[in-house]
Amino acid sequence: MFSFASIATMAACIFMFGLFFSIVMNFTYMLKSIETNVGVTVFFEEGLDQASIDMIGQQIAGRSEVKTMNYVSADEAWASFSEKYFEGNEAAAEGFRNNKDNPLANSAHYEVFVNKIEEQGNLVQYINSLDGVRKVEQAQQATATLSNMNKLIALVSIVIILILLAVSIFLISNTVSVGISVRKEEIAIMKYIGATNLFVRLPFVLEGIIIGLIGAAIPLVALYFLYQKAVEYIMERFSIINQYVSGLLPVNSVFAVLIPVGLILGMGIGFIGSIFTIRKHLKV
Amino acid sequence: MIVLEGVTKSYEKGLPALSNMDLKIEDGEFVFVVGASGSGKSTFIKLLLKEIEPTEGRILIDNQDLTKIKRRNVPIFRRKLGVVFQDFRLLKDRTVYENVAFAQRVIERPNRVIKRNVPEVLTLMGLANKYKSLPKELSGGEQQRVALARALVNKPSILLADEPTGNLDPKNSIEIMRLLDEINARGTTVVVVTHNREIVNAMRKRVVRLRKGVIMSDEKEGVYVED
Repeated sequence: MFSFASIATMAACIFMFGLFFSIVMNFTYMLKSIETNVGVTVFFEEGLDQASIDMIGQQIAGRSEVKTMNYVSADEAWASFSEKYFEGNEAAAEGFRNNKDNPLANSAHYEVFVNKIEEQGNLVQYINSLDGVRKVEQAQQATATLSNMNKLIALVSIVIILILLAVSIFLISNTVSVGISVRKEEIAIMKYIGATNLFVRLPFVLEGIIIGLIGAAIPLVALYFLYQKAVEYIMERFSIINQYVSGLLPVNSVFAVLIPVGLILGMGIGFIGSIFTIRKHLKV
Repeated sequence: MIVLEGVTKSYEKGLPALSNMDLKIEDGEFVFVVGASGSGKSTFIKLLLKEIEPTEGRILIDNQDLTKIKRRNVPIFRRKLGVVFQDFRLLKDRTVYENVAFAQRVIERPNRVIKRNVPEVLTLMGLANKYKSLPKELSGGEQQRVALARALVNKPSILLADEPTGNLDPKNSIEIMRLLDEINARGTTVVVVTHNREIVNAMRKRVVRLRKGVIMSDEKEGVYVED
C-alpha cells in the first residue's frame, strides 16, 4: 500500500519534471530560432572600395562568434526595399528613386549572425574598431532580453528540478524505512546467520529502483500522448508560432531525450533514496 | 575453540557487565553458562556474536581474534556460529521448510544444495512431517526445534543457545536438551546460557557460574548452584 503511494507521488514528480522539461526544451528551441534571426548589420564608410569591403568581410568571418554572414550590395538592398514597399507600383518606386541610380547607394552591408546571443556584444565592439566601418546596428534590446530569458529559464529549471529531487528522495526514503521496520526481525535473523551487507541491503535498493522506474514510466507514457495532442492543438490555434519561430519541437525529438533522462532520473532517485535510508537505519 | 583473555565489558553506567573474564572452551565441549539476571550471561553471548566489543581483553574463536575482525568480515565470521534464542525468532509468515532454507539462502547456497540439506536437518530434529506448517501451527518445543534446525543447517562449528528452554515446559525442555546433546556428540561445540536448574543438574556437563560479571565457579560435571 505504501509502495503504491510512493509510486503515485513519484509519478507526479516525474510528470511535473517531464512537463517542465518539454516546456523548457521548446522555449530554448524557440529562443534559438529567434536568436539566429537577430543579427548585426555592418555599414561601410561612404565610397569605400569593394576590396576594402571584402577585407572587412574576411576579418569578421574569421571571428569565432560568427555563425553565418552574407553580403548585401547596394543594388540588392534597393531591390529588396522596392519589392517590399513598392510591389506592383512601379511608378511610386520610380518617384522615390527620383532619377538617382540607387537611392540606397550607401546601404551595402554585411548581415552577421552569431552562434550565441551572449557573444554579440563582443563582436559588435570588435567590428566597430575596424577601419572602414561606419555603423554597426544591432537589436540591443532584443539580444539583452533573450539573453536574460535564457539565464532565467536555466535558473528556474535548476531550482524546480532540485525541489522535485528532494521531495522524491524523501518519499522513497520513507517507503524504504517503513519496509525496514516491517522486516526488522527478518533482518536481525539474517545478521545472526551471517548475511553479507549486500545481501541484506539489495532487496531494499531494488525496491527503491523499481519504485523509481515504475514511477517514471507511467508519467512518461502519459506525457508522450499529451504532448502530441498539445502540439497539434497549439499549432492549429496559434499559427503565429509558426510564423515567427520555427514551430514547436516534434514529439520524437523531445522524448528521445526525455525518456532516457526520465527513467534514469527515476532509477537514480530510487537508488539514492534507498541507499541513504539503509545507511541510516541498517547498521549491519 | 573459544578463548576469552581478561575480557571486561563496561556500559556507560554502573558496574562492568563482565569483569576480567578468562575462559577457555575446547572444540567439541558442552558448556552451560549459568547465573541470575544481571550476572553477565547476555553480555557474554553478545560478545561471542561480535554484536558488541569488549572494553578490555580479547576473544579468540578458532584462533581468530574477534577484536581484529573488520566490520565487513563480521558476516563471514558469524557463519561459524549457530544461534538459538529463547523466543525462537522464526519468520512467522514462512513455513518450517522456508525458515530453515532461509539460513541457506542467506549464505547464498544453491537451490540443489538447499533441497538436500533442509530435509536432512528437519529429519534430524524430528520435524520431517511438519515442513509445510507455519510457526503458529507448532508447539513451543517444535518451534524451538525449527530454530535449532535453522541454526544447524549451515553446519556451524559452534552452537550458541541463549536460554533455549526459557519458553518451554519441562518435557519439551528435556527434548531440546537431548537434541543439543546429540548435536554435541556429532562434534559441534555447544554453549548454553541458562538459569534452568533442572536441566543443568540433569545433564551433568561443564558449568560456568557467573555472578555480577565474574566467574564464581567452573566445574567439569557441575550442578546449578544458587547465588
